[in-house]
Amino acid sequence: MSDTKPSTFRRFAPLIFFIILAALLGFGLTLNPRLVPSPLINKPVPKFTLPLLNQAGSFSDKDLKGHITLVNVWASWCFVCRQEHAEVKRLSRQGIRIIGFNYKDKAADAKAWLQRLGNPYRKVIVDRTGRVAIDWGVYGAPETFLVDRHGIIRYKVIGSLADPDNLKALLKKMKALK
Amino acid sequence: MKKQFITGLMAFLFIACATAAPIETFKFDSRQHEQLFQKLSEGLRCLVCQNEAIAESNADLAKDLRRQVYNMIEQGKTEDQIKAYMVQRYGDYVLFRPPFKPLTWLLWLGPGLLFVLSIIFVLKIIRHKADKPEEDELSPAELERIKKLHTEKMTTSVDQETKHQ
Repeated sequence: MSDTKPSTFRRFAPLIFFIILAALLGFGLTLNPRLVPSPLINKPVPKFTLPLLNQAGSFSDKDLKGHITLVNVWASWCFVCRQEHAEVKRLSRQGIRIIGFNYKDKAADAKAWLQRLGNPYRKVIVDRTGRVAIDWGVYGAPETFLVDRHGIIRYKVIGSLADPDNLKALLKKMKALK
Repeated sequence: MKKQFITGLMAFLFIACATAAPIETFKFDSRQHEQLFQKLSEGLRCLVCQNEAIAESNADLAKDLRRQVYNMIEQGKTEDQIKAYMVQRYGDYVLFRPPFKPLTWLLWLGPGLLFVLSIIFVLKIIRHKADKPEEDELSPAELERIKKLHTEKMTTSVDQETKHQ
């Protein structure tokens, strides 16, 4: 009969509606609210000039040009930074150029930390007040930026590089640049 | 004695809360600047604490962002300029009131749309229910058929009964 079709649809409409809602909710729950997507991806690194740790001179956005670089935001007070440190050292041994971005730290603490755990960084730039970090959209540590040869930010890892998912995603993006 | 102790403890806790408030003192050039600061710091999200505005958060980043907002106000930047500055760095997420644009259409219009849809749905159900009794009524031909079936059944059952005897 002709009117059985709409009535079966009508019978299942609430179920279908419920499944769609449940799927949306389920998707929402799997997202990590701590991950704030950066609007700086595919934009040039912000202009800055900062002093260096352990050496004289300064470092600016222009020094990031010409190489593929990881900019690793860390601090001696940051627990997760210590957890990911072995991974940062491993990447450095593989010949990846890593610049340390020492975020809101005391110089003495930062130096002691590197002496104790090892220094994987080509250079360590010091943002004592966190003013430049705001320009980079940093909201915690660790964060790791992938910067290409033209000084464009291509990717950002929020959280630990020791996390296999984070690392995999970063290495994939890096491979694409080469 | 005990009561005094409790009131004393409560007073202490209140004071402790008050001193824990994160407000640092900024000196403003004008009343307008101060009001703008209030407005902006209440509308900007503290990213590490998620659902707190930078106005009320004790987090270090919130402090830095408050200072930045303060500095920009004193430099004579407008509300829109300061908001744009934050959005450029932290995305729309930093605003408690996200802007109205294609990406957020669903966010802004979704609830209204859902409301209208559910009203339509409910109206349809009500109308459907009201129509139903008429649909249930049988046509004269169907009534005739039932009558026929009924008498048929009666006679067959009578037949069976007589067979048993």
